[in-house]
Amino acid sequence: MSLDDATVKKVANLARIAIRDEDVPHLKEELNGILGWIEQLQEVDIEGVEAMTSVVETDIPMRTDITADGPTGGGQPENIVANAPKTEDHFFVVPKVVE
Amino acid sequence: MTDLTAKTITELRSGLSAKEFSAEEVTKAYLQSAEDASELNAYVRLTPEHAVEQAKVSDRRIADGSARPLEGIPLGIKDLFCTKGIETNAASKILKDFRPVYESTVTSNLLRDGAVFLGKLNLDEFAMGSSNETSAYGPVINPWRRAGEDTKLSPGGSSGGSSTAVAAHLCAAATATDTGGSIRQPAALTATVGIKPTYGRCSRWGIVAFASSLDQAGPIARDVRDSAIMLTSMAGHDPEDSTSIERPVPDYEKALEGGVKGMKIGIPKEYRLDGMPSEIDELWQKGAKLLEEQGAEIVEVSLPLTKYALPVYYIVAPAEASSNLARYDGVKYGLRVHDDDIHEMYRKTRAEGFGREVQRRLMIGTYVLSAGYYDAYYLRAQKVRKKIANEMASVFQDVDLLLTPSSPSAAFGLGEKSTDPVEMYLNDVFTVTANLAGTPGISLPAGLDGQGLPLGLQLLAPAFGEEQMLRGAYALEEAIGFDAQPSKWWK
Repeated sequence: MSLDDATVKKVANLARIAIRDEDVPHLKEELNGILGWIEQLQEVDIEGVEAMTSVVETDIPMRTDITADGPTGGGQPENIVANAPKTEDHFFVVPKVVE
Repeated sequence: MTDLTAKTITELRSGLSAKEFSAEEVTKAYLQSAEDASELNAYVRLTPEHAVEQAKVSDRRIADGSARPLEGIPLGIKDLFCTKGIETNAASKILKDFRPVYESTVTSNLLRDGAVFLGKLNLDEFAMGSSNETSAYGPVINPWRRAGEDTKLSPGGSSGGSSTAVAAHLCAAATATDTGGSIRQPAALTATVGIKPTYGRCSRWGIVAFASSLDQAGPIARDVRDSAIMLTSMAGHDPEDSTSIERPVPDYEKALEGGVKGMKIGIPKEYRLDGMPSEIDELWQKGAKLLEEQGAEIVEVSLPLTKYALPVYYIVAPAEASSNLARYDGVKYGLRVHDDDIHEMYRKTRAEGFGREVQRRLMIGTYVLSAGYYDAYYLRAQKVRKKIANEMASVFQDVDLLLTPSSPSAAFGLGEKSTDPVEMYLNDVFTVTANLAGTPGISLPAGLDGQGLPLGLQLLAPAFGEEQMLRGAYALEEAIGFDAQPSKWWK
């Protein structure tokens, strides 16, 4: 499988990265170089193998159903927006999204 | 006066408790050496006021007899760890001015144990790279040079700031992270010791995420004992990270003694690569012989899937990265490039904020997860990964440890490998399997090549086999007796 110009542009858009038309050829070449190298995985017999879903054999922990305190807890809007480029009254401000 | 920055953690610990010098003196000596080494570009940010304040607390605790395990030990922190109130950028423009409002669990553990933080260390952008050249702050320079040359060499990556700072004595030890080899490869290229622990041993909470099923924090230190001391403090269960393992942390320093007598150590034959410098092969054989002389049984083992580990990695890691890095959109933190259209704002912000290697990986990750390609790439990779993990587990039914080289070459010149992404990726050929399988590994200095550059050997262990791994590493370190130092040309 090798990417064409249109797919490179589509993938860039899906990744929300603006690219210029003049960048498409070298991006296509680099991405195809990497994908071509990855292609060797097609040789491996994966019949009946389950995909890896967890790295270390362990049960998924359940936490008690209470509101966390500390940095992951609620009630700290000033911390949540502390690093935002633009805020107003503890809200994130973005360009208008509804016409 | 003796050079305080020449001391290991072990030596600092005993000197501090005997009051031969104060924590403040040690901290100031390190801050001075870090300032004098700005040419190496290891630190992106020094925090001298903070550090001196912490050192004063340490001196008070030493005086009143309440010293903690790392009391007054000056560390460098890879700038991927969130540090409360101290800028953390992951060497990316997109995290410009980001000041975390919380402290990562690993750095909290180190602070709990009395460590002093000197500042934040350079790295490849979002830890994506093997040479430190993808950093928005520019590359770190390796303190080691080829004999008779002044060519600038890479300290490896992504933890290149950590490896350089430890090798050049700009901190006593450093935190680092390893997603495909980012602790062990830079350690090998700078004659330092780096541990990638078992997945889940150290909490990932508060570490800027790259590929969450592979990322693991660990130390880079001057010797095996120091790395064991660091790991003891860094490790531990954390309810904030659901993949962190609830299992007591042993005192790893106590695991060092005992030797390798009776251990069975495997030499994986697939790690003997075509075109690998013969010096690496010779050091590898020498390492095996030294272990054998101390009573270990050396056996050849086979890991036939080894060659597929890197291609699997370059599907899984970018896929996870494309999801993790979706959060950088110009809304919640960091850089925003304004546009009246919100989608244009996202696209422009990410184009401006991410460097080329990160953009490349995000696009690969997006592609392998996209409709129609998911099964052929991502799902297949996760199945091959399972086979690789099973293969590793079955080899460890038979042997206690594996001995391999740490990296396929010594330190290379800046720019020498950065034109071809795949060539750069091959740096991690010996290290990446441990990340896929979630198993631990350690790199330690093994010797110098013909040009006077350090080379490393790696020991791999089964999951939670850190103690036997450290025992093997300590025995090997003693037997090798490596004591070379880079000349301090930057002073």
